[in-house]
Amino acid sequence: MSAIVFDKVWKEYGDHIVLEQIDLSIAPRAFVALVGPSGCGKTTFLRMLLGEEKPTRGKITVAGQPLKPEPDADRGVVFQRYSVFPHLTVLGNVIIGREFEKGGGLGRLFGAKRRQAREEAHELLNAVGLSGNEKKYPAALSGGMQQRLALAQALMRRPKILLLDEPFGALDPGIRADIHVLMRRIWNESELTVVMVTHDLREAFALGTRIIAFERQRDRPEEAERYGARLTADITPGMNGSVLPKGATVTNDFEIWPPKIAGSPAIAADRRH
Amino acid sequence: MRAINYRPDRTWRFALALLPFVLLIVAYMIGSGVRLAENPNDKLLPSFAKMSSAIDDYAFKEDARTGTYLLWEDTRASLTRLLTGLAISTIIALVLGIVLGLLPVAGATFGPVIAFLSMVPPLALLPILFIVMGLGEASKITLIVIGTSLKLIRDIALRVEDIPREQLIKAQTLGGSSLQIALRVILPQTLPRLLDSVRFEIGPAWLFLIAAEAIAADAGLGYRIFLVRRYLSMDVILPYVAWITLLAFLMDLGLRILQRKAFPWFAQARAQ
Repeated sequence: MSAIVFDKVWKEYGDHIVLEQIDLSIAPRAFVALVGPSGCGKTTFLRMLLGEEKPTRGKITVAGQPLKPEPDADRGVVFQRYSVFPHLTVLGNVIIGREFEKGGGLGRLFGAKRRQAREEAHELLNAVGLSGNEKKYPAALSGGMQQRLALAQALMRRPKILLLDEPFGALDPGIRADIHVLMRRIWNESELTVVMVTHDLREAFALGTRIIAFERQRDRPEEAERYGARLTADITPGMNGSVLPKGATVTNDFEIWPPKIAGSPAIAADRRH
Repeated sequence: MRAINYRPDRTWRFALALLPFVLLIVAYMIGSGVRLAENPNDKLLPSFAKMSSAIDDYAFKEDARTGTYLLWEDTRASLTRLLTGLAISTIIALVLGIVLGLLPVAGATFGPVIAFLSMVPPLALLPILFIVMGLGEASKITLIVIGTSLKLIRDIALRVEDIPREQLIKAQTLGGSSLQIALRVILPQTLPRLLDSVRFEIGPAWLFLIAAEAIAADAGLGYRIFLVRRYLSMDVILPYVAWITLLAFLMDLGLRILQRKAFPWFAQARAQ
């Protein structure tokens, strides 16, 4: 399956080093939460995984193959904002993934193919708790519902990797708790490796099987430009509070207890018949 | 209550909007009355009675020389030129604007030259157009196209670039090709914005039309105004100007209504 490996990855913008010496291997089916202060390069890390940014040095491989240099359907994404298309209805937003896949140059499906895509979309919308809203436009949905829609939209192409860029950061606590339940179920039931950027440590521990912290170790003003963020903590579920140093740049590796293990891929299997 | 918190309700809003129009008409009537009292043959500020008889002559009586109703004939000629020009301009701008805004290579190649050419004063090109294309319809329509399309292209390209980067990434992660993304994500989101841009080009389009008609035409609203100017026929010019203004206003209103009806998501998304 698709292990993601970062091999001595650096990211620099001109003289400005954002990330340095990232050595990391993410197991298939992991739920990795990236935490760290603002501006530490979490989002840059995610954008490299998306293929939107190239590492300056080092390489990233997925399942042994070099990462594709542009975003593709193997990697789904949900952003904090602007994740869904405002001009499409809820149903249209979910179907469009299938229309891109099978709809040819125009990206449109007709007749039986369209009906089938619509059925799949209905199932997904049901799974994320949005049935009954198919005809609404995203602007008529609450923030939480928009993110549920963004998840359903991303799952339509059954990506192997799901990237989340502070997806629940703008939501109220109650709504966030509900969507965490959904997120855990999605991860549990589909064949997904999830990488999520978040500022919220509670969210990271609630959802992640592994928490990775980025931090600039030298952040005096005159040093900030020339020293990027490194991996400073790598916490994995398991024994309570054990510290397992890994590699030169990882300083902490905590295991979370109780251990979380992904279950059988029910959502993906359901949709396959 | 503070002035900034005083909001008129619907009825008041309508009455207040009407007020400046009424004031303008009253001011005109007073001015016209004063001048006509002094000199009944004054042509500068004709009375409303004089203007309505001129409207009657032009709109509802056949012209003795040509056998047509001049106002409608002029309106038909002018609107044909204007709408043809604007339609060509809009289609060019939609296609080029999306290509320039979406494809970095196209933007880098043609962006600067279009930015440069859009600074050419279109009226300065009018003599060239007359020389090259003759005095017929083509040169007038071309003037409108040149005068409005370059700004529209830049505008559309900018509006395409304003579509959040996240949406382009998202579309790619859903497997969209460049063409599919252009057709399914960018084009539908550009159309309502295009209507806004076209609304702002209605004014310039009329300007170019009237300038072209003033110089060489045998029918048209601009042609008529400049023709009767020789006889100081303010009783014809003023109704014609009001009519042109009304037409331009109705075009603007029509595009606004079209935007609201055809793209219901747009107002919702903008309100957020």
